[in-house]
Amino acid sequence: MFCEKALELIRELQRMGDGQLPAFNEDGIRQVLDEMKALYEQNQTDVNEAKTEGKSELIPTIKFRHSCLLRNQRCVAAYLYDRLLRIRALRWEYGSVLPTTIRFHMCAEETEWFNQYKKSLATYMRSLGGEEGLDITQDIKPPKSLYIEVRCLKDHGEFEIDDGTVILLKKNSQVVLFLKSFFSIRLSCVPFNTCHSLFTALFAQMEM
Amino acid sequence: MADAMSDAGEVSGEEESQEDVMTPAELISKLQEAWLNEKFAPELLENKSELVECVMEQLTHMEENLQRVRKGDVKASMHRMEIDRIRFVLSSYLRSRLQKIEKFFPHVLEKEKSRADGDPSFLSPEEFAFAKEYLANTEVYLRAVALKHMPPNLQSIDMLKAVPEPCLDSFVFLRVKETQENILVEPETDEQREYVVDLDEGSQHLMRYRTIAPLVANGAVQLI
Repeated sequence: MFCEKALELIRELQRMGDGQLPAFNEDGIRQVLDEMKALYEQNQTDVNEAKTEGKSELIPTIKFRHSCLLRNQRCVAAYLYDRLLRIRALRWEYGSVLPTTIRFHMCAEETEWFNQYKKSLATYMRSLGGEEGLDITQDIKPPKSLYIEVRCLKDHGEFEIDDGTVILLKKNSQVVLFLKSFFSIRLSCVPFNTCHSLFTALFAQMEM
Repeated sequence: MADAMSDAGEVSGEEESQEDVMTPAELISKLQEAWLNEKFAPELLENKSELVECVMEQLTHMEENLQRVRKGDVKASMHRMEIDRIRFVLSSYLRSRLQKIEKFFPHVLEKEKSRADGDPSFLSPEEFAFAKEYLANTEVYLRAVALKHMPPNLQSIDMLKAVPEPCLDSFVFLRVKETQENILVEPETDEQREYVVDLDEGSQHLMRYRTIAPLVANGAVQLI
């Protein structure tokens, strides 16, 4: 029956949990587009026949095919738009750089959309308030505790934080920091591995 | 208070008088009201960019003060906490707005296009630019991936019809700040008839947003 492939696309997304992005179903889209092309061409022929030979009994079939075309268009648009919403959510969850596994699930145009969205968002955030703007992708949760206790997993040596104090990051030492300083360490020149393990270990504690 | 602020705002370069009109405490309380209203309202509310600017200035001010305080002072941690809290409320407020702009983008843009010159704007200039870019980005994407491969008479989608409108009939909790009389409540079903309610100051209600939307806009009620 017509429109079945289009419906399958939608079901595929429905099956996936919220927020997960399955691989782009290029095959599925192509099949729906081919079906649309076939329906349209059949309609063209019938419309011509109906006009020239006055075969008005063709009209219900023409209307039916047109409905199928509209339904296909709607399903495809819904599939693509829902994927965009999931991709948009990824920017807020993962930041500007997406994990490689997710990037492989996006088609070229989706990556382009994501890049443009990032840019728009960055421009908007920069325009807020004073010179640097406000990064509203931070502070997702209300601040619970002012301090965070950090354990250093690798020797890093001395590190200077915002307010000028110098702390010594030595393996297995524990330090109490302001939350803001912690994030600045994470983002600074410290090798990502050091911070990442710190961060994931800490995140579990912060949730409590 | 709001009138005094907007009057002060119209005169350019009078940033100082704006801050004199509202104490920092009043500013933060206004921010919290705007935040809660935006969070609970189903549609995008009036834009409050003056408020946002003042709060940002306040935050910068507080950060500067904090640099000058002796380290390890207990006051410093209290102030730091306060700064973090204010920044959270401000970020959350702006995020709410952005999410609604993205969710209802064709309707938001249409509303902005069709408003009269004197009416207050729902979008700040930056939000307007963001909304336009979002629309363009999405249209370009849909065209490139699917629409241009479709039959000639189906190569465009009417965004206004495709994207759902905000549901103004959703129910919201509210607290009344100024007594209102004779609020007309429209019937929900055919069996009901319209009726009139009085809202007393300090009372709390659960009503359809549509009924009290203008009261939220003029500050007579607060969504909770």
